[in-house]
Amino acid sequence: MIEPRETPDETVETAVDAVGVPDSAAAADDAAVAVTDPVAVEASLAGSVSVLEREGDRLVVNIGPSHPSTHGVCRVLVELDGEIITNAEPIIGHLHRGIEKIAENRTYLQVVPLTDRLDYVGSMYANWAYCRAVERLAGIRVPERAEYIRVIVCELQRIASHMMSIGSTGADTGATTAFMYSFWQREQVVDLFEQLCGARLTYNYVRPGGVAFDIPEGWVDRCRAFIAKHPDAMLEIDRLLFGNVICRARTKGIGVLDPDDAVAWGVTGPTARGSGVDWDLRRDDPYSVYPRFDFDVPLGERGDCYDRGRVRLFECIESCRIIGQALDQLAELEPGVIKADGLPRLLAPRPGDAYDHIESARGSLGVYLVSDGSVRPYRMKVRSPAFSNLAILPMLAKGHTLSDLVVILGSLDPVFGEVDR
Amino acid sequence: MNIEELREHLCSEYPDLCPLFSIEFGDGVLSVPAPRVLEAAAGLKDLGFDMLGMVTAVDFDEEFEVVYRVRSREMHVGLVVKVRVPREDARVASVTGLWPAANWHEREVYDLFGIVFEGHPDLRRILLTDDWVGHPLRKDYDDPSVIRRPDYL
Amino acid sequence: MTFVWGLLYGVGAVVLIAGGAVIGVWWERKVSARIQMRLGPQQIGPAGSLQMIADVPKLLFKEDVLPTAADKPIFRYAPLVVFAPIAASMAVIPFWNGWAPLDSTVGILFFLAVPSIGVIGILLSGWASHNTLATIGGLRAAAQMVSYEVPRSLAVLSVVVLAGSLRPTEIMGAWQWWWVPVTFLGFVVYLVSSIAEMNRGPFDLPEAESELVAGYFADYSGMRWAVFMMAEYGAMIVAALFGAAMFFGGFNWLPGVGGLAVFIGIATVIITAIMWAKWTFPRLRQDQLMTFCWTVLTPMAIVQLVIAGVVSLWL
Repeated sequence: MIEPRETPDETVETAVDAVGVPDSAAAADDAAVAVTDPVAVEASLAGSVSVLEREGDRLVVNIGPSHPSTHGVCRVLVELDGEIITNAEPIIGHLHRGIEKIAENRTYLQVVPLTDRLDYVGSMYANWAYCRAVERLAGIRVPERAEYIRVIVCELQRIASHMMSIGSTGADTGATTAFMYSFWQREQVVDLFEQLCGARLTYNYVRPGGVAFDIPEGWVDRCRAFIAKHPDAMLEIDRLLFGNVICRARTKGIGVLDPDDAVAWGVTGPTARGSGVDWDLRRDDPYSVYPRFDFDVPLGERGDCYDRGRVRLFECIESCRIIGQALDQLAELEPGVIKADGLPRLLAPRPGDAYDHIESARGSLGVYLVSDGSVRPYRMKVRSPAFSNLAILPMLAKGHTLSDLVVILGSLDPVFGEVDR
Repeated sequence: MNIEELREHLCSEYPDLCPLFSIEFGDGVLSVPAPRVLEAAAGLKDLGFDMLGMVTAVDFDEEFEVVYRVRSREMHVGLVVKVRVPREDARVASVTGLWPAANWHEREVYDLFGIVFEGHPDLRRILLTDDWVGHPLRKDYDDPSVIRRPDYL
Repeated sequence: MTFVWGLLYGVGAVVLIAGGAVIGVWWERKVSARIQMRLGPQQIGPAGSLQMIADVPKLLFKEDVLPTAADKPIFRYAPLVVFAPIAASMAVIPFWNGWAPLDSTVGILFFLAVPSIGVIGILLSGWASHNTLATIGGLRAAAQMVSYEVPRSLAVLSVVVLAGSLRPTEIMGAWQWWWVPVTFLGFVVYLVSSIAEMNRGPFDLPEAESELVAGYFADYSGMRWAVFMMAEYGAMIVAALFGAAMFFGGFNWLPGVGGLAVFIGIATVIITAIMWAKWTFPRLRQDQLMTFCWTVLTPMAIVQLVIAGVVSLWL
């Protein structure tokens, strides 16, 4: 990690002074590139990055909402002191669609596709968190077979989501091959989902009371074939990406998160586990049929980007274990019963409220529902782990360079559908 | 620890908070009046509730209900704190000093409901643009872009 | 007469580099695809070999965007300032026994010094874009290129010490097969430094900084951008040919045309290795890049120079 320097960076000073303003523009005092300067405006339109102002030695750089990183629409306002970041504030809300408000005007079943679009990289578990809240509210008991199927698709979805995250880490640091390898794994999972429910991204599969469709013929065998090969693929990607000396140099010691800070800031999921916070809802606040499975929870030590990435990687291997056990236990159940009996088409739960959460790929994803006895939720609130995790970005980015900011943002694994709702 | 044990633990450590505790639908709920929020929050933090899960609000006609969910990793139990604030003067003390996690959650509640959190270090809109007028999640939010579906579906 | 010869050579070099870039891009797409478990261009021509024939007219048809605030004359000609020295440096490579297009007594010096002019082109293109961050990107690229010239020159110097001459054709004449293991460390240093010189592979932060910050050629489009790409591929071809000649003896393995074929073959293997490096490794951060140059490569190059010096005492 670079130590912040006391004196201003001569190179930057000279460069910005040297750029100046062309003769035609009037406002040429002390080489300030003001927001109103047409040159800067054009530059900001041309690229996703622009210099907004310059006070003394501090450069304020805007990394625009659309930039070629795979994380979504995030605007980061970075204050630079030479090369070092002194503050990096994420400005969110570019993907705010008012899902919570829309949900107040939909029936409980109609809200399920809305939850798909929250964490769109993890539709299955987003559906599931919402359905758990509805089932808690309405007192619905989900049949065992449906619970097993839910666990299997949630773990598969976790694998797909982590593959996206690890691939992005590779792509951000320049290891495009690791990106391709990860996405091949993700592609296999998405193919399985397509065979299951017909969609590749927004599945609308987990419904209140159970799941939408039963497992098709041969799906279990294909699933088993996938999880048989996946752990080896993970170890290969581990060697390719995290075993590489350059990647290590880019991720070790970068964006270190203290475990006490993690708990204080409400950070959950692999982001917290990378710092050694031993908290996993599947084990510590078990739900569904998770108590019946035997699995470990990978933990990191230092809390840097390297540890967070590797925690995700090893979580995929653990997910394979869970899926294998779930498939075995599912084989002993009879086919057919995938939805709770006697569910009305229009659910009108008792007045009151309920909250339920699951361990998503990003952390603890919860849905809080308030019902007034009608067929529509009175209030739906989504507790999004990516939203809470993103709040620590200024803390993590301080003292690093701009190149590190991309790696840190990637290691927090935000999905802006969930952050902005 | 289950809810009953939690009630006993709370009542023994903080007898002032004891009457505020109730159990609703299997969840332990602490219904705190608005002026006592900081006191209750400090007490809970002291008891071992180190994780703040979320801060949100619900718009009932006459008042808002601010809902907090806290969790204790050691005791393996969660608790809900509900605070009712009147609609006209929607102000609550901010718990950001105790749980920094509340920072963004309270900003979101301010943005979407208009509830002011006193003592918040940086209370400004987070999801909507800075020049937005109104607070969308209120039930009386009136905007031509909001279309209500007819009741028959 | 020399002038006409020079002109012919110049046209030949540009054609060779342009053609080399076309084949190079195709090869790169195939190599990268295979590394990434996919296939690469398939449809156009056998094994996608004519893909570039389709891409070049596309680039020619693109709109030539000139940013309003850019310094137009410099903006227009900066790519050429980057490209021309690469083409020029190809002149001293010994292709045949006792023959190089420019058989200069200080050929090695020429080869090491002339591409440095390209650095000015990078600075100019960063400046002319009138984009603060493009300028900074250009400065970083310049710092990187200038720094990596030190280990590169020292590595090449080890071969010069063994041969006792700065003239490439004489070096080829004096080349012995056992120089390969003696100068292998130098070859590794030369290869890594050359990759850094071209702003390629693990050292492409200034140009892939366009992920995050505008790189020095981010404002270039169409054919102007293609000239930058040709310069990069040209640099790769030239570096590979020179490395194959100096460190592996070039055409000395077989007599006649066979020797030339082996020479080209070794250069192709080196080019493939350069591509392999790019698609496998993540990018080095700027400060790590510079630290690597000064604390790892330069000492290695000096060690190689000492070894070569000691060995040459026995010659």
